[in-house]
Amino acid sequence: MKLLIKNGRVVDPANKIDGVLDILIDKGKIISVRKNIPAKACQVIDAKGKVVAPGFIDMHVHLREPGREDEETISSGMKAGAAGGFCSIVSMANTNPVVDKQEVVKFILRKAGEEGIISVYPVGAVTKGLKGEELAEIGELKEAGVVAVSDDGEPIRSSFIMRCGLAYSKKFDLPVISHSEDKDLSQGGVMDEGVMSTILGLPGIPRQAEEIMVARDIKLAELTHGRLHIAHVSTGGSVELLRQARKKGLRVSAEAAPHHFSLTSEAVKEYDPNTRVSPPLRSHEDVEAIIKGLGDGTIDAIASDHAPHSLEEKEVEYGLAPSGIDGIETEVGLALNVLYYEKKIKLVEIIKKFTTGPAAILGLREGTLSIGAKANITILDLEKKWRVDKNKFFSLSRNTPFHGMSLKGKAVMTIHQGKIVYNNETSTV
Amino acid sequence: MDWKRKHLLGLEELEAQEIEHILDTTDSFREISTRAIKKVPTLRGRTIVNLFFEPSTRTRTSFELAAKRLSADTVSISAQTSSVVKGETLKDTARNIEAMQIDAIIVRHSMSGAPHFLSRCVEASVINAGDGCHEHPTQGLLDIFTMREKKGSIKGLKVAIVGDIVHSRVARSNIWGLKKLGAEVIVVAPPTLIPMGIEEMGVKVCFSLDEVIGKVDVLNILRIQLERQKGGLFPSLREYSRLYGVTADRLKKAKKDILVMHPGPVNLGVELTAEVANDPRTVILEQVTNGVAIRMAVLYLLLQ
Ligand SMILES: [Zn+2]
Ligand SMILES: [Zn+2]
Repeated sequence: MKLLIKNGRVVDPANKIDGVLDILIDKGKIISVRKNIPAKACQVIDAKGKVVAPGFIDMHVHLREPGREDEETISSGMKAGAAGGFCSIVSMANTNPVVDKQEVVKFILRKAGEEGIISVYPVGAVTKGLKGEELAEIGELKEAGVVAVSDDGEPIRSSFIMRCGLAYSKKFDLPVISHSEDKDLSQGGVMDEGVMSTILGLPGIPRQAEEIMVARDIKLAELTHGRLHIAHVSTGGSVELLRQARKKGLRVSAEAAPHHFSLTSEAVKEYDPNTRVSPPLRSHEDVEAIIKGLGDGTIDAIASDHAPHSLEEKEVEYGLAPSGIDGIETEVGLALNVLYYEKKIKLVEIIKKFTTGPAAILGLREGTLSIGAKANITILDLEKKWRVDKNKFFSLSRNTPFHGMSLKGKAVMTIHQGKIVYNNETSTV
Repeated sequence: MDWKRKHLLGLEELEAQEIEHILDTTDSFREISTRAIKKVPTLRGRTIVNLFFEPSTRTRTSFELAAKRLSADTVSISAQTSSVVKGETLKDTARNIEAMQIDAIIVRHSMSGAPHFLSRCVEASVINAGDGCHEHPTQGLLDIFTMREKKGSIKGLKVAIVGDIVHSRVARSNIWGLKKLGAEVIVVAPPTLIPMGIEEMGVKVCFSLDEVIGKVDVLNILRIQLERQKGGLFPSLREYSRLYGVTADRLKKAKKDILVMHPGPVNLGVELTAEVANDPRTVILEQVTNGVAIRMAVLYLLLQ
């Protein structure tokens, strides 16, 4: 049966549409976008007062399968994604085994296909075993279906190997996603270095640990003409480096995570291990710079860096806890709360960060509501007030610093290839 | 005043009034230590656990004596820091100890924030006996008590804290307590041992001991750990001691009534010379004596 979404405010940045329109879907494709489509022989969704956007893409998610299925499986991660408003998620390569072989890519795609509710696009490793020593078989990974390569979780320490990764990936038109951290400088740091780390007596990571690597990688992108994508930008200095690189016309893109634009290192105050994340929560100035970068287009995408961790691993001394935030189900709410309501960034700009931004970086043919496109749709209720409850997460893990926070604005329905895969009213995926 | 707190995790969260109340309470407990029978029945029937994840004979003994003089039952547990991979977590350890019906846990741990974490896991009072590079509140209190005893008042006092500020929990507790009571604090160390943003805690920073030694009323000298040299933070103990060691020669430039303190154990010949250790203005042993009284006062206030 056809699906008709009626009376919603359709915001489709790719086609420069922003108006009250109906959308008709058939056989998983969008077949019509116009005013007053008659409801004949179709299921009708009343989207009055809501925003109808192209299906959201989260380009940075850690599914823990294979390896740590107690923390997240491909299936649970997909459900969490759907509940967070995402039609597509991009899974990082630092599983166990690492995604450095075709078999692992195929395994993920098969599992995701069986679950089916949303799309999963795997990222392959840049180097074998994420060791930073020898290139993985990037050509074969591409054949198997990876949309980017990254050693995320670890930086690529050797400038030479990074150079090779950037250069080699050009042949396959794959971006190299960089977890930019100078580990020699960050040492054993667990939070931002500054007055907070001094007061708390926790080893700090200076922002320069990130900026040195961002600068290096930009230089290497200049050298190789390769495609560089900076993951989870956390400092104002990085935003500035990216701005300059863009001015020079380099093929450099970037993403920011919701925790980096909604929390500062002040959040570490009570030693809550759920605030431990890599890169760490930074200062107020950094938060402002990231928001500015999102606003002016220096940062292309918002991505959760969804990093589930078990309770046993997180309920320990701050310095022993692993880094990461289980963030995909709070991502859209935080973006709307901080960027739309507090910072008055235009809705269309925010939607770009979840649609055309990541789609362009990864070469995905989605993120639009064009006729004939996959019927991936995210419906937002900008007025909806809700409270984050980690116990209601679809994710298998609970490591969030946002538990109990009141937010305004939420993704209330996710439609993947014409099928409703999440409905907030029934809370089902 | 009425004491309302259940835990003592640091001096940062205490009000000036609360710190003064602890110091005043200590005055009365110090008198007990001078009696022939050094015991009062105040905490009879209470059980206090010393949970030490780092070896520290001094602090542990001091807490044990304090508890015994208040007639509490004490148990000492030496534990290993471990992550879940290696075995029992801090949470498991704490829960197990608490199942034994105890009233307070005194915890020493190499990780900053471990006592805070513990206080969220258990019903008992938690007393921080030193956590990582964060705080060592009873050491801070006994240092301040000793300064107040010798100098009459903390207000307006000029105190230099000398040494490895970046890794020192003693420095942080001193800074919070002294600033709250109106002292002026200068931290003195090589730039690599000064943590970022410390000025925002209300202290002055100076890289030269010679520049400040003539201007201060108190020198509180920290222990320097050899591992820091291997970490690249300073070139050698020899050079450190040449630049920051307190010698009789340096002390000549100080005020006549300067107070020289050290939380111990002293690396003689590095942080200060034997001659300085024996100088009547050096009060290291009195600090140890006052430590027991401070800990009695803290246990009494938290458990009464
Ligand atoms: Zn990363
Ligand atoms: Zn990541």
